[in-house]
Amino acid sequence: MQLYELTIHELHAKLKTGEVSSVEATRSILDRIDAVEDKVHAFITITPEEAMQNAAAADKRIAAGEMDILTGIPVALKDIFLTSGIRTTSASRILGNFIPPYDATVVAKLRERGIVLIGKLNQDEFAMGSSTESSYFGVTRNPWNADHIPGGSSGGSAACIAARQATTTLGTDTGGSIRQPAAHCGCVGLKPTYGRVSRYGVIAYASSLDQVGPITRDVTDCAIMLGAIAGHDPKDSTSVELPVPDYTQTLANGVKGLRIGLPREYFIEGLDPEVKKAMDEAIATYKGLGAEFVEISLPHTDYAVATYYLIATAEASSNLARYDGVRFGYRNSDAKGLLDMYMLSRDEGFGAEVKRRIMIGTYALSSGYYDAYYLKAQKVRTLIMEDFTRAFGKVDLILTPVTPTPAFRIGEKTSDPLQMYLSDIFTIPVNLAGTCGMSIPAGFSSEGLPIGLQLIGSPFGEETLLRAAYAFEQNTLWHKRKAKI
Amino acid sequence: MKYQVVIGLEVHAQLLTNSKIFCGCSTKFGAEPNSQTCPVCLGLPGALPVLNRKVVEYAIRAGLATSCSIAPRSIFARKNYFYPDLPKGYQISQFELPICLDGHLEIELEGETKRIGITRIHMEEDAGKLLHLDTMEAGEMSFVDLNRACTPLLEIVSEPDMRSPEEAIAYLKKLHQIVVYLGICDGNLEEGSFRCDANVSLMPVGAETFGTRAELKNINSFRFIKQAIEYEMERQADILDEGGKVIQETRLFDPDTGTTRSMRSKEEAHDYRYFPDPDLVPLVIGADWIEDIRQTLPELPDAKRSRYVGELALPEYDAEVLAASREIAEYFDACLAFYPQAKTVSNWVMGDLLRSLKEDNSNIADCPVTPRLLADMLQLIENGTISGKIAKTVFDEMYKTGKEPVRIVEEKGLVQVTDSSEIEKIIEDVLAKDPVQVEAYRSGKEKLFGFFVGQVMKASRGKANPGLVNEILSKKLKG
Repeated sequence: MQLYELTIHELHAKLKTGEVSSVEATRSILDRIDAVEDKVHAFITITPEEAMQNAAAADKRIAAGEMDILTGIPVALKDIFLTSGIRTTSASRILGNFIPPYDATVVAKLRERGIVLIGKLNQDEFAMGSSTESSYFGVTRNPWNADHIPGGSSGGSAACIAARQATTTLGTDTGGSIRQPAAHCGCVGLKPTYGRVSRYGVIAYASSLDQVGPITRDVTDCAIMLGAIAGHDPKDSTSVELPVPDYTQTLANGVKGLRIGLPREYFIEGLDPEVKKAMDEAIATYKGLGAEFVEISLPHTDYAVATYYLIATAEASSNLARYDGVRFGYRNSDAKGLLDMYMLSRDEGFGAEVKRRIMIGTYALSSGYYDAYYLKAQKVRTLIMEDFTRAFGKVDLILTPVTPTPAFRIGEKTSDPLQMYLSDIFTIPVNLAGTCGMSIPAGFSSEGLPIGLQLIGSPFGEETLLRAAYAFEQNTLWHKRKAKI
Repeated sequence: MKYQVVIGLEVHAQLLTNSKIFCGCSTKFGAEPNSQTCPVCLGLPGALPVLNRKVVEYAIRAGLATSCSIAPRSIFARKNYFYPDLPKGYQISQFELPICLDGHLEIELEGETKRIGITRIHMEEDAGKLLHLDTMEAGEMSFVDLNRACTPLLEIVSEPDMRSPEEAIAYLKKLHQIVVYLGICDGNLEEGSFRCDANVSLMPVGAETFGTRAELKNINSFRFIKQAIEYEMERQADILDEGGKVIQETRLFDPDTGTTRSMRSKEEAHDYRYFPDPDLVPLVIGADWIEDIRQTLPELPDAKRSRYVGELALPEYDAEVLAASREIAEYFDACLAFYPQAKTVSNWVMGDLLRSLKEDNSNIADCPVTPRLLADMLQLIENGTISGKIAKTVFDEMYKTGKEPVRIVEEKGLVQVTDSSEIEKIIEDVLAKDPVQVEAYRSGKEKLFGFFVGQVMKASRGKANPGLVNEILSKKLKG
């Protein structure tokens, strides 16, 4: 087993005994990146010098006996997290030259614990997309099959894990942007409950939906990472003041007696038969472990995608107004006058999908249309939340597919945004409801592409979610399979 | 004039908090450009607002002082528009659910009291400032200073209840007095801490439906508000007289010419696309907090005035002058606590004290004559140690040095002569010096009495007790 293949907990064990140093582990990762990055293109920015410095510092810390589970662990971050002194682009031309003066709260938390920062990962521009094809910095390829998309928007994070180019990563999830790429790349991905993790220093797409979470090799790593980033942040008014449990402590508690709901609206015609089969097998596995299954209904599921594309775009149209060429980021230097500067800088700085969403969102908020679109979407969002509240009155968890199909081909849906939007149909409701959801490997298609299983927990029910995911992982071998690259 | 003017006012009051509304940066005026900024007020990617509790407290104070109801739950909203002084591309304000609703205040004009409704008060952040320069190197340049960005403002919106420029000024002055009294705004019009926009329309006298209004911006003095409204009344009257229609628009007041000019029409008006700010949670205010703030509200000018007239029996004029400023009123109240003779204290405060402060262009808070010193001096007059006339000398000395009045009297030997034998001796000397005038008095020229009093006081260097002087002198003159 190569050092670059290890999980956090495996590498930590070796660092702790002194069997390997962080410098060695980091070197192994950087070599691996050199070897495969051409085929994957997971990164926007690689920071080898920073990484080696971090690793040396971590080794000192380890030698001094001040070690933490994350000390010396090579981490790569989606390029949506502000990293002080390191270019942060959100995969957009408009931030192509932006070097932040501060660290996002989650980055600061990881740095305090002594991680090694490997680089910044590719994504859809401003996290708007399901395939990482809208990045200004080029397409990321799925390590399981280079003709396929890795998913998105955190496609770089998932591909990086599948290609073993970092020990662990963080992504963000607004409508499925952690869970969907994790499913497509055969990784573990968790979208925490809204408010569980600080959004401070995370480039906003849709503020009421965005949430930070890990994409990892296994469930234990996921529990470690969630514990490291969760908690109230005085700089984020929407983060919640609730104690953070040690998520690793309860992992092995099993699923005996757990009631799992199967929403009938998610098991529909059009669901890929191989995905359906993987779900059936997963249900059988859980039954074998003592879980009970209950059919439930989430009646407003059909409206979720439409609701999402009004709320997310409305918020985005306002969130992205600050990219105006005045103080930072891209500015068209030939512009004559203020209006010209705004229009040219934004026209050239933003890609097509971002502009499309700004237009939709602007329209949804316009006077005369606000009630019909934005306000109505908010009302439907409340109904969707109530669907979940009712469901969690009956069950402890909900099990669904992550996506209707395995990863589609690069270019397959770029000309049909609606088809692209519909690929997030099973993940979007979780963001609208503000609760937590997780994607774990649950099989492979006949083409050899990973299939993901989604577990949805009640608000702040991450412990139950992780416990159920761990039980599944311990009884299957899907997460052990490696992309051949 | 055959038209009735209808006026509503929107006031922006900058709050006196030490830090900004959504970040910890200082709000101090006049610092090096962009030195009081951070990721939040610069609108950097990823930065998030956190509400300053003090701003909410100040807004509640303003609401309570103007009889508003305080919303148990209010919402911050984004007002979206592009401008280089607005770093996020939106201003965080309140829209549908503001913190204060449905209040009023009372104005007095020519002895009549009128109630002016306050529609709402809401909190918002200010924008930065732009500086346009013609530079040698690069030609015309625009500079952005974001020190002011994110400083807290209250927007106080009145009902269209005012019917003359005078009423508008009375309302503004009243509101100004209240926010300054509350200690939530410094009220500085020149520095823009208290700014006003006016909505002005005309309708035929006796009509019930309002005419189309123009919104006048950039009015930064009480004098200009009158000018701007009067100009606007004439302009609109001319249009209506000629059978034209006033169009709804925003007009900019030009203080140099005293006129207004069109800035943008209704068609060009921004669509601000207000929506609830998802970065801030709904503001929930408990009844306890409101009660706590109510307990700490100072006595407001109206209440003070009526107490001064009703309980202290001061003339209306005195009450008005004393209550006009919180500092003066508090000085008066403090002095009264030591020396409870309202009219005497009022005379000294309104007279020598305010005159001296005015001559010095100085503030009552820095006055060396503390309320206790003034009260001590008044006590010295009352118990006969000094005369009212000598007191003026003592006051001047206190004002210069801040010394205790007793010490000044001792050091300068200003104690009043109340020994009747001593006064008798002085009087005898004065009368002996001028037998001609004494004779004249005695033969009926009684007006000369005052002359003799003057001579006696002069001879005693002002220290003789005036009562005793009168008494003994009249005895002696009668022979």
